Amino acid sequence: MALDHSWDRAAVVSIVASLKHQRGALMPILRRVQDELGWVPPESVPLIAHELNLSRAEVHGVVSFYHDFRHEPPGRNIVRICRAESCQAMGALALAEHARKRCGADFGGTSVDGAFTLEAVYCLGNCACSPAVVINGELLGRMTPERFDGAISNLSRR
Amino acid sequence: MSGQSIAVYVPRDSSSLSLGAEEVADAIAREAGSRGADIELIRNGSRGMYWLEPMVEVTAARGRVAYGPVTVADVQSLFNAGLLEGADHKLALGLTDEIPYLKRQSRLTFARVGIIDPVSLHDYIAHGGYRGLATAIAMSGAEIVQEVTASNLRGRGGAAFPAGIKWKTTLDQNSPQKYVVCNADEGDSGTFSDRMIMEGDPFVLIEGMTIAGLAVGASEGYIYLRSEYPHALRTLTQAIEAATRAGYLGADVAGSGKPFRLEIRLGAGAYICGEETAMLESLEGKRGVIRFKPPLPAIAGLFGQPTVVNNVITLSSIPAIIADGGKAYNEHGVGRSRGTIPLQLAGNIKRPGLFELPFGLTLRALIEDFGGGTASGRPLRAVQVGGPLGAYFPDSMLDLPIDYEAIAGAGGLLGHGGVVVFDETADLAQMARYAMEFCALESCGKCTPCRIGSTRGVEVIDRIIANRERGDNVELLRDLCETMTAGSLCALGGLTPLPVMSALKYFPEDFGLSTAKGASME
Repeated sequence: MALDHSWDRAAVVSIVASLKHQRGALMPILRRVQDELGWVPPESVPLIAHELNLSRAEVHGVVSFYHDFRHEPPGRNIVRICRAESCQAMGALALAEHARKRCGADFGGTSVDGAFTLEAVYCLGNCACSPAVVINGELLGRMTPERFDGAISNLSRR
Repeated sequence: MSGQSIAVYVPRDSSSLSLGAEEVADAIAREAGSRGADIELIRNGSRGMYWLEPMVEVTAARGRVAYGPVTVADVQSLFNAGLLEGADHKLALGLTDEIPYLKRQSRLTFARVGIIDPVSLHDYIAHGGYRGLATAIAMSGAEIVQEVTASNLRGRGGAAFPAGIKWKTTLDQNSPQKYVVCNADEGDSGTFSDRMIMEGDPFVLIEGMTIAGLAVGASEGYIYLRSEYPHALRTLTQAIEAATRAGYLGADVAGSGKPFRLEIRLGAGAYICGEETAMLESLEGKRGVIRFKPPLPAIAGLFGQPTVVNNVITLSSIPAIIADGGKAYNEHGVGRSRGTIPLQLAGNIKRPGLFELPFGLTLRALIEDFGGGTASGRPLRAVQVGGPLGAYFPDSMLDLPIDYEAIAGAGGLLGHGGVVVFDETADLAQMARYAMEFCALESCGKCTPCRIGSTRGVEVIDRIIANRERGDNVELLRDLCETMTAGSLCALGGLTPLPVMSALKYFPEDFGLSTAKGASME
């Protein structure tokens, strides 16, 4: 099942209109677009650039610089796994490999059925409870492969 | 709230939530409801003893009593045992203040964290909050800066630059618009002190920034918060609203006649934005590419204006310094490292958490006495001090005192105070490779040695591991690290060689080298 690349132009227009007057507006605008749409559609770049009186290259440069901004729509569930040192010391790499197989997605990618997007993160500030993951926005600590399976078992593959 | 109700505390800090604190709080509310018990459920910050989280506290006649780690399954038996009277139970930890790992700390910056309701301005003031601001309002800007200078407080973000000097530079600028920017882009693995303050006592950061504003003549402040901290965003937002409503922020700060406004801006997952000039670029809505210095941000920072940039812990240390005097703060610590530092113990450790201590304790005392050794029970192999740009130390170096100069003298850095422990299963050649990989991933691209050298570094380490012309490639790696150190503008490219070269020096066998050969390599 291919991901749906259509996007809500009206939502982006409204976000830009509400935030464009503050100083350094581009980051808050992109942040809000990402948070509301789940990604920053490449087709929204000219619109944002025009409204902020920036070049398309400048806006594209910012979008592509920051890891948070997705260039593709995410799957229905988003799994983020910390791969930084503290979590590595507690088995994060084995957990990451387990998650890759379990979700059927590579890091930075989405499973073919669109169920899971898998992302690597580098520190969630949960280092005292390593290894840490975020599943659909919820931070979970002291994760094990078994608990991971439990946490995603209720999530739909459809 | 009725005076009869019993206060029950369940942390709302994100690590506690990641261990099920929300479910525990719900279960306690349900159980109390079904028994007709009148409780006041307070969602506090964490005390930082994460091996005991979710830790529930109850205000009993003899003081606050702790239980932990509590799961939903324990709640009924806790009530049966007499939780609300502070009775004994297999999870009982006694009086919270008497728990040795807490009692042995010197909590100045974290004085209120875990004790109060973080978003209650009333609690904050009742526990000594806004004393610093009241003192500061009666002082001139130069007097406030003098007090900070006398405290010998150094930047807790990692660079350890004296805060007083930074503030004086901004104070001395003649500009109608100045800024205070808080660096809350806590990206180092193994660190979470900024998060704990923002989630556990956000008003102390707000007060510290307000005092900084009064000191240097800045009317606006920004908190650059990493996007990975949604709970910190929530508590900070609530606290800023409460402080604004009460007149502690706004056009007339606490009747001083001076304005100070505060805004939160979110990052977007770029480690480099923890570097102060990259952060300023990001705040201006640009790519987080670092700037040349000079000009210093204190002279030409945000939007080209004089800007004080400090880390969360630095700014949160200010209220106590102004309230109790710089001298009192300076009495803690050793050598040129004065005051206290919130040390964060993470990785493979039995008792992970945050311990605010005066400088001078040894790494071994921290790891063994506070941390209890490895979580796995296997022998300790390596300790990374100071985040991803810090050195890996072997067990034989753990008698180093925790002090900026001592750690730097041993070829490492104390950084933001994170200590990550690895047991004997760790492969330090892989960790060195990871350091290069991380640098490649996070490089802003401005300096060639960092942008390209990090990718070459991964390849060279791969060849060493695969035993392809190992000797030559070790030489090449050393040369590459020298180039990165000398040819990078900021700490990312400049310090990535620290974890790499320390791994090679102290753990040569992981690179397939004989111990003697590795040890001879400086």
